[in-house]
Amino acid sequence: MPCSRPWNGRRPCLHEGEANVFDLKDLYQQVIVDHNKHPRNFGRLEDASHEAEGYNPLCGDRLHVYLKIDDQGRIEDVRFEGEGCAISMASASLMTEALKGRTLQEFRSLFEGFHALVTSSGDGADDEAGLGKLAVLGGVRAFPSRIKCATLCWHTMKNAIERSGVARTE
Amino acid sequence: MSFDVAAIRAQFPILDQQVHGRPLAYLDNAATTQKPSAVIQAIQAYYQRDNANVHRGVHALSERATAAYEAAREKVRALLNARSVREIVFVRGTTEAINLVAHSWGTARLRAGDEILITGMEHHSNIVPWQMLCERTGARLRVLPINDAGELCLDQLPTLLNERTRLVGVVHLSNALGTINPVAEIIRQAHAVGARVLVDGAQAAAHMAIDVQQLDCDFYATSAHKMYGPTGIGVLYAKEALLDEMPPYQGGGDMIRVVTFERTEYNELPYKFEAGTPNIAGAIGFGAAIDWLGSFDMCEIAAHEQRLLQEAVSRAKAIPGLRLVGEAGHRATVLSFTMEGIHPHDLGTILDREGVAIRAGHHCAMPVMQRFGVPATVRASFALYNTSDDLDALFQALERAQAMFA
Ligand SMILES: Cc1ncc(COP(=O)(O)O)c(C=O)c1O
Repeated sequence: MPCSRPWNGRRPCLHEGEANVFDLKDLYQQVIVDHNKHPRNFGRLEDASHEAEGYNPLCGDRLHVYLKIDDQGRIEDVRFEGEGCAISMASASLMTEALKGRTLQEFRSLFEGFHALVTSSGDGADDEAGLGKLAVLGGVRAFPSRIKCATLCWHTMKNAIERSGVARTE
Repeated sequence: MSFDVAAIRAQFPILDQQVHGRPLAYLDNAATTQKPSAVIQAIQAYYQRDNANVHRGVHALSERATAAYEAAREKVRALLNARSVREIVFVRGTTEAINLVAHSWGTARLRAGDEILITGMEHHSNIVPWQMLCERTGARLRVLPINDAGELCLDQLPTLLNERTRLVGVVHLSNALGTINPVAEIIRQAHAVGARVLVDGAQAAAHMAIDVQQLDCDFYATSAHKMYGPTGIGVLYAKEALLDEMPPYQGGGDMIRVVTFERTEYNELPYKFEAGTPNIAGAIGFGAAIDWLGSFDMCEIAAHEQRLLQEAVSRAKAIPGLRLVGEAGHRATVLSFTMEGIHPHDLGTILDREGVAIRAGHHCAMPVMQRFGVPATVRASFALYNTSDDLDALFQALERAQAMFA
């Protein structure tokens, strides 16, 4: 049965009565549960050179990201604070791990890669290439209402780097 | 007829389905209730047999459509026990009813320095229109706070009410907390200082009997879709004397008697406030929902829902880490809570996969969330067709969530 939902054909369709194809375990993988409970790089960065606040009014997720970018355009340090659901907290935590020591060029390609990972229609295998541990978030593809939770931190980070202000995922 | 939940459920075709491979447990009734076959059939029959525009045709179909539309108005009048159908204005829903009052009555009546008093548990639709009115007029918005149990701090009402208070807006049954407010007492005190009172009854009509004459409220707003009727239709009740004085809200067809380019004479009540072709099918569906609901004893509905709520509360209290938000002594139909270590949104997703439909979020009552220091809650809300099986599904899913996040 073709998908007629207005989700650009990218996201899975769950028709009435369809079985539980996308298991919750794909979404709440152990890594995600762990990063939610023990977020890495959590807290304020006192000597940040860039920062931004992100807010998702739909679920009330609120994130603040801090960056220290050195003269060579390399992310020397990155931290975040805030509160939100497991997906947004784990995503932010994993993002900070992935970004430490990267160049802004690398940030942009990770941003694109991550976006493709969580919104693509495929099985995700192609999209996972080069993303390392971030690939665990690929499971949100099957949960359309949760994609914004995963991407909030990335948009906030992009805002911090490009300008200052509040990112919204709505 | 005794209260037979199985027989009631059989009248809701939508309840008989699987979601993610599990039987649907629909516990999001405060957002919107499901519709019984009687309502669905009334709407279908109207479109198949009677569809025509109202109040303007001389042909048979238009006469039938007009009669059905006006019959629905009489049903709404009886539901609220208004004195006259002239006091029953069809609108899109509670939100539009409140906006109508804020625009028409409020803009004409309010001056800089006047005060509008609302409560700390209002839905955004009973906050924002008043804020907008305050911006237009220079009036001031004041708020009656709520206590830790989720009840209004009535002891503060006398100090907040004064001769500048023009209007009090209060929710009858809170969608975020389930609190049933003592609106009759609030109305009495407000009238004593000369203020008008608008009651937001969006949640109330499905769960309790409403009598606007006994309450003596000036305005009462509710939505059909929360009482087993269709979306897109609701009612503004207002005392006739008020409606008479109020300027029209929107201009157009149906709300006029005579139009020339020099001058327009407005139609009589309630049509003065119903510009344009109304939601005819919606009104007819609303009427059908009232008839259907009227086939039950409201006390039995309330007793059934109260039993479910009590069972839900005691089961919830046995779960470590679960915090109830809203424990008013007088409350109905809503179980709002948070769980330690699991964000409401994660719970919403996990419960959905178990076939349990609840709402996770701020419930359009962000100030309530701020009052209780939570970003959001999980809300299960009950209707007359819910059973202990639905609660089993809910609590099993909560256990599963806890295991997943352990
Ligand atoms: C207490 C309360 N007031 C107002 C509304 C708004 O109703 P509607 O969206 O039907 O206009 C709702 C429903 O969401 C509600 O629960």
